Amino acid sequence: MMRAYAEAVAARRARTALGLVILLLLAAVSAHVSEVDIGKFVDHIGGVGGYFDRTLRLESGARVWTDPADWLWGWKRWGRLLVDTLLIAYLGTVLGVIAGFFLCFLAAENLTRSRPLRFAVRRFLEACRTVPEIVFALVFVVAFGLGPLPGVLAILIHTMGAMGKLFAEVVENIDMNPVEGATASGAGWVQVVRFAVVPQVLPNFASYSLLRFEINVRGAAVMGFVGAGGIGQDLVEAIRKFHYSDVSAILLILIATVMVIDLLTERLRHRLMGRGAA
Amino acid sequence: MLRLEGLVKNFGDKRAVDNVSLAVPAGQLVGVIGRSGAGKSTLLRMINRLVDPTSGRIEYDGIDVTALQRADLRAWRARSAMIFQQFNLVGRLDVLTNVLMGRLNKVSTTRSVLKLWSDEDKALALAALEQFGIAGIAAQRAESLSGGQQQRVAIARALVQEPDMILADEPVASLDPRNTRIVMDALRRVNRHFGITVLCNLHSLDLAREYCDRLVGISAGRVVFDDVPAALTEHVARELYGLEADEVMDMPASRAPAGVVAVAA
Repeated sequence: MMRAYAEAVAARRARTALGLVILLLLAAVSAHVSEVDIGKFVDHIGGVGGYFDRTLRLESGARVWTDPADWLWGWKRWGRLLVDTLLIAYLGTVLGVIAGFFLCFLAAENLTRSRPLRFAVRRFLEACRTVPEIVFALVFVVAFGLGPLPGVLAILIHTMGAMGKLFAEVVENIDMNPVEGATASGAGWVQVVRFAVVPQVLPNFASYSLLRFEINVRGAAVMGFVGAGGIGQDLVEAIRKFHYSDVSAILLILIATVMVIDLLTERLRHRLMGRGAA
Repeated sequence: MLRLEGLVKNFGDKRAVDNVSLAVPAGQLVGVIGRSGAGKSTLLRMINRLVDPTSGRIEYDGIDVTALQRADLRAWRARSAMIFQQFNLVGRLDVLTNVLMGRLNKVSTTRSVLKLWSDEDKALALAALEQFGIAGIAAQRAESLSGGQQQRVAIARALVQEPDMILADEPVASLDPRNTRIVMDALRRVNRHFGITVLCNLHSLDLAREYCDRLVGISAGRVVFDDVPAALTEHVARELYGLEADEVMDMPASRAPAGVVAVAA
């Protein structure tokens, strides 16, 4: 018996080891095929450090923290742009979550019996989340002109795609007994969803949405790269025009904001999940 | 009058219900008995159309239930209320909302989605809870209740559907002896008081004998017995239950309901 167990463990170990080897082999092959040159990385790693070193010096050559007033000279403008960025992320998240909410039930196997409908909704959601936000933003900037509107739309569409899929998975894991109970009492599909499904999934939906908001703040920060509003415009300009200390100042403000949002949403999410367990 | 004619249900190549024909006059309390897996549950679910029959016909007062679609089908489901072994309430909603869900078929989608219940509906739901002595817990979440309370809430939900018939699928199988009594008494009350036909799947023979006007024995999907409880001899019961016979008989229901014994065995 002991030997059989030992053999089983050995077999499992061998399988794990084999899996790891395959994983690393595949990584090496993809590096080679896509011409990711490790040598180049080693040669130029110093350049990255040098760049960051320069961003931490003022034009006078002094370290940035010796003169915060000079370093953060643009804080009023940046603060305003940061608020814009947050509003773009917020609006995009709220609208995208609402759209994803309405679509997720149609994509869930346990609620939508019609295969063609489910297929169509799923492929649509897939398309929405596969195209990167920044690409949508570029397209919308061409269509609607510069400003925050293209940014909001881009985040909305991507959020709808991602949340629709995630929500659908939550829906597919619900307890079906209440659904059966509501159906058996003559409730229509919308009523079944409203009463037997939504109460079960709402805490999870809220939690995922908060997580998404956090991701979307980061997404909105680069919307300005393509002229879709927010602080990204100033950041990309500072990088291109070699205003080194501005780059670090904007990044500092961004990182601080994201950290605060992280902390806040995490606290909220824990409260939501706590209530979910009760 | 409910009429089943040659009802058949196949799951894959397994025949769950095999050519069942039955006529149930209004107002009867019928116990459907048989061992687990005999097809009792599938039979009841077909009547409510939660499960569609493979062939055969269900007719109620001249309506061809098997042909009903969409709104007509939902209206029929409201008329043939179901009670489940696992209660099938929505745990996160309060008791009154759970009972009000029995009104969904009669409320417009828009009003119900916004939970704009009429005062009449709310009064009806509260009265239904009052019937079973649990109006005091109307504001509690359904998941916080005991099994016996949950099943009574489920019966109240069935009642506000104003049904012609209640189909109870093993309503006491997950309850302790005391709650078994309370729930069976509630079903009998619904039957005697409101004249609602009750079809009740039961595992325990003693409960079936005690509460039902008529027993229908199912074995391997077929009706093998259909008569008053008194006619159910030990010989027939042994045939019906086979090896399980000793578990379901001669066991006072007040001490151990069949469900508990069956699980323990």
